[in-house]
Parts: sequence; C-alpha cells; structure tokens
Amino acid sequence: MEKLQGRLKRLQHEKRRRDAWLTVEIARHRDRPRTRDYIATLIDGFEELKGDRLRADDPAIVGGIGWFGDRAVLVVGHQKGRTLDEQTVHNFGMARPEGYRKAQRLFSLAERHALPVLTFVDTPGAYPGVAAEEGGQARAIAETMLKMARLTVPVVATVIGEGGSGGALALAVADRVLMQENATYSVISPEGCAAILWRDAAFAPQAAEALHPTASQLYELGVVEKVVEEPRGGAHNNPEAAAAKVGEAIGAALAELDQVEPETRRARRRERFRRLGVWAEPDAGGTVLSAIPDMRP
Amino acid sequence: MSVTVEIERRDSRPAKPEWICPSCKDGARLADVRGNLFVCPYCGFHTRITAGERIRQLADPESFSELWPFVRTLDPLGFTDLEAYPDRVREAQAKTGLAEAIVTGSATIEGNACVLAVMDFGFLGGSMGSVVGEKLWRSAELAAAQDLPLVAVCSSGGARMQEGVLSLMQMAKTSCAVDVVNEAGTPFVAVLVDPCTGGVVASFATLADICIAEPGAKLYFSGPRVIQQTTREALPEGFSTAERNLELGHLDAVVPRKELKTKVGNYLRLLEGGDTPERRDTRRARGRSKRGLAQATADGARAIAALAWRSFVGGSGEAPGPPEEASAREETP
Ligand SMILES: [Zn+2]
Repeated sequence: MEKLQGRLKRLQHEKRRRDAWLTVEIARHRDRPRTRDYIATLIDGFEELKGDRLRADDPAIVGGIGWFGDRAVLVVGHQKGRTLDEQTVHNFGMARPEGYRKAQRLFSLAERHALPVLTFVDTPGAYPGVAAEEGGQARAIAETMLKMARLTVPVVATVIGEGGSGGALALAVADRVLMQENATYSVISPEGCAAILWRDAAFAPQAAEALHPTASQLYELGVVEKVVEEPRGGAHNNPEAAAAKVGEAIGAALAELDQVEPETRRARRRERFRRLGVWAEPDAGGTVLSAIPDMRP
Repeated sequence: MSVTVEIERRDSRPAKPEWICPSCKDGARLADVRGNLFVCPYCGFHTRITAGERIRQLADPESFSELWPFVRTLDPLGFTDLEAYPDRVREAQAKTGLAEAIVTGSATIEGNACVLAVMDFGFLGGSMGSVVGEKLWRSAELAAAQDLPLVAVCSSGGARMQEGVLSLMQMAKTSCAVDVVNEAGTPFVAVLVDPCTGGVVASFATLADICIAEPGAKLYFSGPRVIQQTTREALPEGFSTAERNLELGHLDAVVPRKELKTKVGNYLRLLEGGDTPERRDTRRARGRSKRGLAQATADGARAIAALAWRSFVGGSGEAPGPPEEASAREETP
C-alpha cells in the first residue's frame, strides 16, 4: 500500500513536470500570436512611433498610439517575430537599452496626454551583449520600472508569451498584470536556472517545474491579477479567439481603473508591488506577521 | 620605489601567511590587512568584505543599530534543486552569522544620521529575495518618514532563483522604494561593490542620486559567461569593471575604500543642503506632499515608524544579531 502511494506521488510529480514543460513550449511556440498580432486585432488605427530620441530605434520593442474601442491608448510591447528573418530583425524580442529608453519616452508621452498604457510582455530577456551592457542596460531597465511606477494614467500589462526576467518586468510595473493561460513569467529561463543550480542545462524541465512559472501558479502567488483563457491547445490554434479574450480582460481592467483617481492609482500601484514577496517576522510573541499577500481586486 | 616595496614585503611576510591576496597571491598578517580595510597592502586589490566589516568601516563607531533583524526567509515555492532551499538558507546563516543577505539599520556616517543598508555577498551570493526586498523597502520608507538619507552598499549575484518570480518582483519593489525616497526629497547614495550584478544593478542600485563604486568592482546586468554563451562576442579589455563603467558614464566616481567614508559623508552633507532655511523648507514641502500621497494609499496609512522600530525594540530570542566577527572572505556564488 505504501509502495503504491509512493508510486502515485512519483507519477503526480512527473505529471507536474510534464505540464510545466509543456507550458514553456507552448509559450515559446513559433506560431504563437505576438504583440503585433494583438495590436492588429485589438487596436484600430495604430500609429507606430519609433525611436528613443537619443540614438536608435530598437525593433525588439514596438510602440505607438491607437484606438482601443473608443479610447485612445498607448501600446508598448516586446516583439519577437515569427519567421527567421523577422526574428533576426526583432532580435528575438530581446531589447537593448535603446528599446527600454524608447518605452520610457513613450510612457512620458502617455502621461502628458492622459492616455492609458497597455503593454504586452513577450521576451526571453534583455539582450545580453557587450554593446547593450556598455550602453547602460542595467539602468535602462531600472529607469523604465521607476518610470512606470510614477505614471498616474492606468497601466495594464499582459504577459502573452515568455515573461523572461528583468527584461520582461521592465514593461510590467502595472496596475493590473494579466497573463495568458499558457504564458510563462519567471526570474530566469529554465535552461539558465538548470545550468546554475543543477550544473546542467539538460535539467531544464526540472527547473521549469521548480520555478513555478505558469499563469495559475503566479495567480496563486498574487503576482498576476487574472489568468486569461486561451483556445484549446494554445493561442496559436485560434489567434482571433485568443485576442478576443485578451481584449475583454484588458477592457475590464481599464473599466475598473477608471473608477480610481490618478494619484491614488499611482499610490496603489506602488502598494501592489510593495506587498509582493513572502517572508516571516516573528514578533516578541513568536507569531508570524506576514505571509502570502492577498491583493486581488 | 619597487625596491622599497620588496623589502617591506619580505620583512612583514610571516612564515605561514594568515592571509593571501586573491589577486597578487602575496601573503600578509591578518591584522595588517584588517588595518588596511582589507585592501591588499601590496597591489591595492579590494577584497570582498562582510556586511559587518563594511558597517565597521563606514558607520561612525557605536552608531549603528540594527533594524528588522527578525525578518525571515520562507520557502514560498517549496524549491528543491540539488539541495532544498531552506537547507541552503540555514547553511548560509551558519556560515555568515547573518539572517539574510542584507543588514539594515540606523547609523551616522561622519556625523550624518542616515538609514544604512548593507548587502553581504557571502550570503547566497548576495542574492535578492523577498527579505532583501522587504528590508530595503522598510529602509526607504523609514528614510522618507524620518527625513533621513538612505545609504545602500550593494553587492549581489542577482535575483534569488529559489524564490522564483517573487524574487524577480523584488526588482520592481525596490524600484518603487526609490520612488518613495525620491518623493520625500531625501538623498539616496549607492555604493556598488564587487560584484554588483543582475537584478540589483538593474533596480535600486543604479537609481540612486549618487552612484559610486569601489576600484575593480565588477558591475553588470548580464555577465561575461551569459554574453559569450548567447552572442559569442569577444569581451573588451576591462569589461564591466568600475573603471570602465566610469568611463562610459554609468558612475559618478570610483572611490577607493580608504576614502569611502569621507566621500559618503561629503555627499550627504551637500545633498542635505547644509542648514540654509530655504533648502530645508523645500525638503519639508516635498515631505508634506509625500505624506499626502501615502495617505491616499488604501491601507498604506499604517504607522510607519511604529512598524519600523517594533522588531528592534521588542526583539529577543534566537535571531542572529549584528555580525560581530568580521573577516575577509573569498566567496563564490
Ligand atoms: Zn595583492
């Protein structure tokens, strides 16, 4: 009997691992709809705005203004590309400092003209190159987060594919973070984590399971407010339907945020991130004062 | 000149050296090295030091009192790689005598009262998890509420992978903490020491009003190994060093350890604006608007100061205190 229970536990464990890895693969699927696809479906009259106003335009981050229903919005998102040519142009969605600076200047534009900000997150991470590093990648990411934290306009981020590390988070300091069912969001790629902690990248599926990168897991941790349903098998099976669900979720989030005063929105956004984390603080009586935060609306 | 150095070296070299420089491999007596702030007396190499030693060097004697020593790490994901996360934490605690990778408290530096946060690379590579983020936040909140400057000594291998996405979120949380400090108009000085990388350098560390580093410190978001694996690019000479970062415009200054305390003291005095009433009034005015915003936060209006001092005053029991034993260590993350 005990033996049987042990086997059952092992089987459940294996299933969790397979599920986690499957999600990673769907999130990276070649045909998965990208930021531009969501813009095409959800935003009318999109006008792309390029450049960081300093030195370059980074195609790994696209941005612009357009109509979401009857309201003008600013859209910024990582763009991965699908064909090899596209992927090369967009650098596989791995942004350089100029990409993050472009995002910053677009956020300023939105703030100046009271446009709600919609972001789409889909990147393996910030580009790890010499020029990027020496061009100030670290501070570019940090400043983008601070910039987002200071906005008084509504900010809704949607993780649509890979939410890879700081490069992803830089576009996700939002009032509401939505995440598609088969997207992932993680501090490090499973391969990177396995290479460091298991000392072998082949343990990526194990790392994927341990990192808890799936939408439902992040919902449990209070990191995302909503898991957006996808068509059976993943968004690539029916991009139109997937986009409709995303649009619905963004619309609902915006409607909620409209009820809040601008300065309060900003204060609550800060409070939202202040609460993220799990720790304990035994007081003099030995009680634990804090645990998983509950911050869902 | 080199002859003099040679002679001195031979004279002071003990039969069996207590300390060997990781850079020039020369040996010296520990007392001499400690007297030289754990900078190699021969080649000037700045070795990594513990949070305790850093506080001893930077804060005025007896001025540091630790805050929030009881904030403890949990294991939100039940993370196990080759070893379980709680075991790794316990080992790090036993090895360093610290509760976590950051020590926070109040102190004076050259007579300037401030909130001081010091990271320790020896504790799981100075990785930033929920506790580091929370203690940094509280430091910022306290600095803002008490109109004190914040000084952070940053050293980190990056995010604490074992806390998964929650460790990533600490980048956003600590960036928001900088917003709190900025809004209060109180100075924030960051000292980046070797190595300062990943999620820490891409969040609060580089958002400081003044950002300086020690000589030779390695500062990067993506490290040489990741760059070479991903792009196979050749790394330029001196890549990611403090000196190179200074040249590129990413730092205000590279400051040798010996001058660090004086420098930070000067910065604080200058940013505090001396005692001219105009500048004090400007800061007070900013402080008021800040408090207005804090109250707008739905449930953010709890008594900041009360929270800040509670664990300090009411504390007792088995939590590890401030690190007494200071020694130079060579760590690998
Ligand atoms: Zn030496």
